[in-house]
Amino acid sequence: MANIKSTKNARDAAEPQKSRRDFIVVATYAMGAVGAGAFVWPLIDQMNPAADTLALASIEVDVSKIAEGQSITLKWRGKPVFIRHRTATEIAEAEKVISADLRDPEEDIARVQKPEYLVVLGVCTHLGCVPLGQKVGEVRGEYDGWFCPCHGSHYDSSGRIRKGPAPTNLEVPPYSFLSDDVIRIG
Amino acid sequence: MSEKQFSNPVVRWIDHRLPIFTFLNHEAHEYPTPKNLNYFWNFGSLAGIALVVMIITGIALSMSYTAHVDYAFESVERIMRDVNHGWLLRYIHMNGASFFFIVVFIHIFRGLYYGSYKAPRELLWILGVVILLLMMATAFMGYVLPWGQMSFWGATVITNLFSAIPGVGEAIVSWLWGGFSVDNPTLNRFFSLHFLLPFVIVGVVVLHLVALHRFGSNNPLGIDTKGPQDTLPFHPYYTIKDFFGLSVFLTFFAAAVFFFPNFMGHPDNYIPANALQTPAYIVPEWYFLPFYAILRAVPDKLGGVLAMFGAIAVLFILPWLDRSPVRSGRFRPVFKIFFWLLLADCVLLGYIGAKPAEGVYVLIGRLATVWYFVHFLVILPVLSVIETPRPLPQSISKPIFSGSGGMVGAAAAPKEKV
Repeated sequence: MANIKSTKNARDAAEPQKSRRDFIVVATYAMGAVGAGAFVWPLIDQMNPAADTLALASIEVDVSKIAEGQSITLKWRGKPVFIRHRTATEIAEAEKVISADLRDPEEDIARVQKPEYLVVLGVCTHLGCVPLGQKVGEVRGEYDGWFCPCHGSHYDSSGRIRKGPAPTNLEVPPYSFLSDDVIRIG
Repeated sequence: MSEKQFSNPVVRWIDHRLPIFTFLNHEAHEYPTPKNLNYFWNFGSLAGIALVVMIITGIALSMSYTAHVDYAFESVERIMRDVNHGWLLRYIHMNGASFFFIVVFIHIFRGLYYGSYKAPRELLWILGVVILLLMMATAFMGYVLPWGQMSFWGATVITNLFSAIPGVGEAIVSWLWGGFSVDNPTLNRFFSLHFLLPFVIVGVVVLHLVALHRFGSNNPLGIDTKGPQDTLPFHPYYTIKDFFGLSVFLTFFAAAVFFFPNFMGHPDNYIPANALQTPAYIVPEWYFLPFYAILRAVPDKLGGVLAMFGAIAVLFILPWLDRSPVRSGRFRPVFKIFFWLLLADCVLLGYIGAKPAEGVYVLIGRLATVWYFVHFLVILPVLSVIETPRPLPQSISKPIFSGSGGMVGAAAAPKEKV
């Protein structure tokens, strides 16, 4: 071992501070890190949504079949989507609210594309339960919208949080009208 | 082991309570390793890395695989087409199995040539044979999971081997299947066991390493190390050598994964399993071919099965069949010839296993099978008595010695760089 050390010292003395060997060592470590990363990334990324999952990520629905005052529930990306064909009273209620007074201020007009049709995710923004209010006879809460039975959040006829622990309004998913009657969600 | 003083205070604090750093330093850093190891000694660490790669990719694959007869094939196709990088993970896993066996076979023949199975390393060797058996079981069950034609019929044929057992054979096969044929219960339990066994292998590998570190590695000269002048610390000398070997290995591995991913597979396994039709031409994966050839060589159901398992069983008693006190084949001129014959015989058996069981292949297969067992059961015991080995060098660091017969060993040994 002693003579190995002494040759090393002699070499170190003969060469400048940043030797070619240092460069090779750093380059080797760098290549090793790149290689390890190239192996690890596929292992992580394989848990992201697969191509066929993403391909099923949008749905189309004909809203002309929903009678006024009626709601339907669809499944989109594994979650419920509420589409309510609102009555004139419900629209009026929603529009007259002064949004600045709300917990999550938002105008009704900003939450709909056509006032008759409200499209929201049926997921309570508190802890993810599905609020009641879709079926005839279900509790709709104090503001004529939805009521979450888990922890008592009340949403109004625009899906905005009015009372209870939920922090934000029911989320409006990205959607567009493909024609007068057909909505594409996602 | 003595407690080493580490400069990092956190490391020192932990090491005082849980001497893991002392352990690592002792077993992976200063661990004295014979200084004359050649590149055949790379294959142990390569096998360990292959095992880790198989476990990691296997866990990733299991996240997208469905163990059900109606969905298994399609879930594998989904992995290939839709899951992010699924094709890469599956091709690594698929070819990884083959490369794992390549590495392990080289590792085994290294041991055979240099006498690594001899005292005091008998248990080390036996644990290695246990690992081989577990690997074979794991590989077989993994091959069933894609539920293609070869999966299904491979599973049917191999499980039917157990029906050869007199009396209880049928009951055992029915128990293995969980029904009256290879079906959904079989697929489910094979998936479960395919997931479990690699971790059992890890456990046996740990025992293998404990046994290895008891006396340290054998070496090309097959003589014991006699002191520090014969050894080098494992790190950095052998870590860097292992890393170099690993990069060469990965080059070949990557070439297979990216350019010839299906070279070692069988196209029929891309046809979904069909219980009503056996493929015309059914062969196991290449690493089972020598054993398959032995199975077919015996014209009796029970006899064939016994011969096939016997081909592995004989490895368990190898340390007591070869009684020669000289380990390394370098100093055994006659043994060396028979070693190469055995290697050629195993390759020949593999070739025969891939051929249809008809005509001249049957005869060659039988002769090769007989030779395999004659080698272990007759030649090795006899050689231990009648062979005159060449004189052994005094030590690893002093391989030069007087005597006319020793020049081969002397010329080969000291060339290893330090």
